[in-house]
Amino acid sequence: MTRSALFAAAASAWAAGAAWAQTGAPTDGAIHFQEPATQIMRDIVAFHDNWLLPIIVAVSVFVLALLLYVVVRFNRRANPTPRKFTHNMTVEVIWTVVPVAILVVIASQSFPLIIREEQIPPSEYTLKVTGNSWFWNYEYPDLGVNITASRLPDEDVEARNAGNPDAEHRARRLLSATEPLLVPVGANVRVLITSNDVIHAWAVPAFGVKEDAIQGRVNDTWFNVDREGVFYGQCSELCGKDHAFMPIEVHAVSRAEFEQWVLAQGGTLPSAQPAEPATEAAPAPTR
Amino acid sequence: MSHHEAAHAGGHEDHRPSIYDPRRWLFSTNHKDIGTMYLVFAIIAGLIGGALSGLIRWELADPGIGPLLSLPWIHDVDAAKHFYDVAVTYHGLIMIFFMVMPAMIGGFGNWFVPLMIGAPDMAFPRMNNISFWLLPVSFTLAMISFLVPGAGEHLGFGGGWTLYAPLSTNWGGGAEPAAYHDGPAMDFLILSLHIAGASSILGAINFITTIFNMRAPGMTLHRMPLFVWSILVTVWLLVLALPVLAGALTMLLTDRNFHTNFFNPAGGGDPVMYQHLFWFFGHPEVYILILPGFGMVSQIVSTFSRKPVFGYLGMAYAMVSIGLIGFVVWAHHMYTVGMGLDLEAYFIAATMVIAVPTGIKIFSWIATMWGGSIDFKVPMLWAMGFIFLFTVGGVTGVVLANSGVDTSFHDTYYVVAHFHYVLSLGAVFAIFGGFFYWIPKMSGYRYNGFLAGLQFWLMFIGVNVVFFPQHFLGMQGMPRRHVDYNEGYAYWNNISSLGYLITAAGVLLFLVVLAEMFLVKRKAGANPWGEGASTLEWSLSSPPPFHQFNELPVIKPDAGH
Ligand code: HEM
Ligand SMILES: [Cu+2]
Ligand SMILES: [Cu+2]
Repeated sequence: MTRSALFAAAASAWAAGAAWAQTGAPTDGAIHFQEPATQIMRDIVAFHDNWLLPIIVAVSVFVLALLLYVVVRFNRRANPTPRKFTHNMTVEVIWTVVPVAILVVIASQSFPLIIREEQIPPSEYTLKVTGNSWFWNYEYPDLGVNITASRLPDEDVEARNAGNPDAEHRARRLLSATEPLLVPVGANVRVLITSNDVIHAWAVPAFGVKEDAIQGRVNDTWFNVDREGVFYGQCSELCGKDHAFMPIEVHAVSRAEFEQWVLAQGGTLPSAQPAEPATEAAPAPTR
Repeated sequence: MSHHEAAHAGGHEDHRPSIYDPRRWLFSTNHKDIGTMYLVFAIIAGLIGGALSGLIRWELADPGIGPLLSLPWIHDVDAAKHFYDVAVTYHGLIMIFFMVMPAMIGGFGNWFVPLMIGAPDMAFPRMNNISFWLLPVSFTLAMISFLVPGAGEHLGFGGGWTLYAPLSTNWGGGAEPAAYHDGPAMDFLILSLHIAGASSILGAINFITTIFNMRAPGMTLHRMPLFVWSILVTVWLLVLALPVLAGALTMLLTDRNFHTNFFNPAGGGDPVMYQHLFWFFGHPEVYILILPGFGMVSQIVSTFSRKPVFGYLGMAYAMVSIGLIGFVVWAHHMYTVGMGLDLEAYFIAATMVIAVPTGIKIFSWIATMWGGSIDFKVPMLWAMGFIFLFTVGGVTGVVLANSGVDTSFHDTYYVVAHFHYVLSLGAVFAIFGGFFYWIPKMSGYRYNGFLAGLQFWLMFIGVNVVFFPQHFLGMQGMPRRHVDYNEGYAYWNNISSLGYLITAAGVLLFLVVLAEMFLVKRKAGANPWGEGASTLEWSLSSPPPFHQFNELPVIKPDAGH
């Protein structure tokens, strides 16, 4: 574990300065992921940083080192007479078996991760996302909330920022939406995704969520946000002229704040027991 | 070696028509002339595709929509947005179908497969002519498509080189009909790709027949140079994969024009089916783009190390297995369509398996150099650049193979970085390597080594500056095919566009190298590379006689590969 701790330290050192801010938005000049806000995204980052990245860097550096060695040792001046061998059973077996072993190691980490991503746990809330050209429609069918979010025009971005010196809560060009989508912190939210026209994709990098919105089929995924904050995403499947202009703005808030918002949107709170009582107090499923 | 030369000296300068006679080119049945036409075509298409990528990087150099608005034919922001998508789409299509494929298969394949197997020409010389001439027809249709209405009043098709339905259909009818492509641009594009596909299939049949039936006595399959092996595997992939693309395109065409509903959920069709069909072609296609490069790099590395290829059979069968496995991994491009756990697990496993034969190739190239006496001539620089940069692109492919992390990377700049490392820095480096390796043979002249070396370094630095930072953008979540981006992505985009300028300088220098070579006319001689160049083409004069091997050479068992 010291090794993975080492890589984790190296990784955060990279993420230079403000990269690990509260907000889930891109940081200029950063060379790493946005800061995760779900356990799934933390798992993705861990798999990438502790396994994939060290392996691919090692392989690339190894190939580069061999090439440099060959350049120095076997150039025409250093080695005027070429040798003529064309086979060496030992190295051939090694460079077949070692990559296989590396891939088995990668797979051993990869499969558990996709199981955690793909097996949707019992969830408290269901969110329905519908892609349109070029805006998003959000619905909590059980709560009677239905909102439409499109791109916040540049004038409004400026207007909102003029009266708001707080860098964390400023509006962001191309990322801020006319209406934020609110989600409660610490709850399993099941997301149903579809489209009314061409294919779009609903993606929030800090959640580790990206799922195509396809007409005629309902895809599902899930998240459980573990801290309050504002998290941005963008449409991630080419959908025509305004593909870059249908942002996703999610506010993760406390349950109390979420319930207030539901009421303010004209929705209703589930009066009695939630649909699946067993899951009410369940923590974010990390395993 | 010299016994071949003696045997064929008689065929020298026989009925070679003037290069100014248009009939020589229009009616050509000569594999070398046809190869030359393919190469010239590829260079022109490459310049056009490169200019489009220049517009893309210019627009992306800074946040905001700016540069595209200054183009004379763009009158408003909506037109600029659509034009950006169009530029991305045609850049990809031109580079793949009209630059890399014609250069590698049509150009070098036509020139050197017959020479390397000791054949007088291709098996079907007149079919060879039609294979080539279909390409300019196809390219013209693509250019028409670029210029006619695509979506609403906007010109050209802007749905990406993948042509995903329903974006590529004309169903519309909703609030925003312009979200679809109701204009004729997409129909022209379908026709264009059909014809390009027909051209490739005819070419592929020609190569298969030539390689199976026209090898000189003694040239067994297991004595063929690796470049010939690479073309053989590639053309099989073409024959098996292109019909699937043709089917998908035809379904699109009838969905658009004859009210079929193959991909229309409203009529019981399925848009995801289109993606399966496309990628069943598309993944083999990416290997079609790289396998001939593998072959060229093998020839170059062996020649300049003055050492036979290490593990010849392993190298040949690594390509065969890459070709086979390449047919069963397609849905790794579709991890986000909602395919479910089991399929994802299968496609992860199958995709990662490809890394094994790929690794065998990388290490065998290094083992070929090991113990050699290496001459760092320009082709060798490109080949060594290829080996390293292809490795970098390959390992990011292994990252993407894991659908668990591909959730984060899919459709971001990380994928753009990956495929440009294997294509712009892999396939294109192989093409330049092959070009400088064989240009003395093809033209009879030597290039200026200093200028050509300078071009290599300019381009090596340039493309890395363009594409390496795109890994960072992708990790931060920047989606691909976006005309504008938030200020949080500004820094690396700016660097990337700077890299484009360096690369463009390299491309211009390439044109200077070409011009200088044909003006100065330094005679190359039959074999400018020395003992390491042991394949048959080096036994002929430079340029080779118009018709070679009228008497077939006999290949002895110990012939080098
Ligand atoms: C070790 C071998 C390779 C592996 C494991 C691999 C894996 C992948 C994966 C998983 C993707 C999909 C990523 C995504 O869209 O989310 C991808 C995309 C792509 N790869 Fe590779 N790849 C490999 C080699 C190559 C080669 C040799 C080429 C071509 C020379 C290539 C060209 C491409 C292209 C063009 C795309 C993007 C297609 C698009 O969406 O427009 N790859 N690769
Ligand atoms: Cu979109
Ligand atoms: Cu693929």
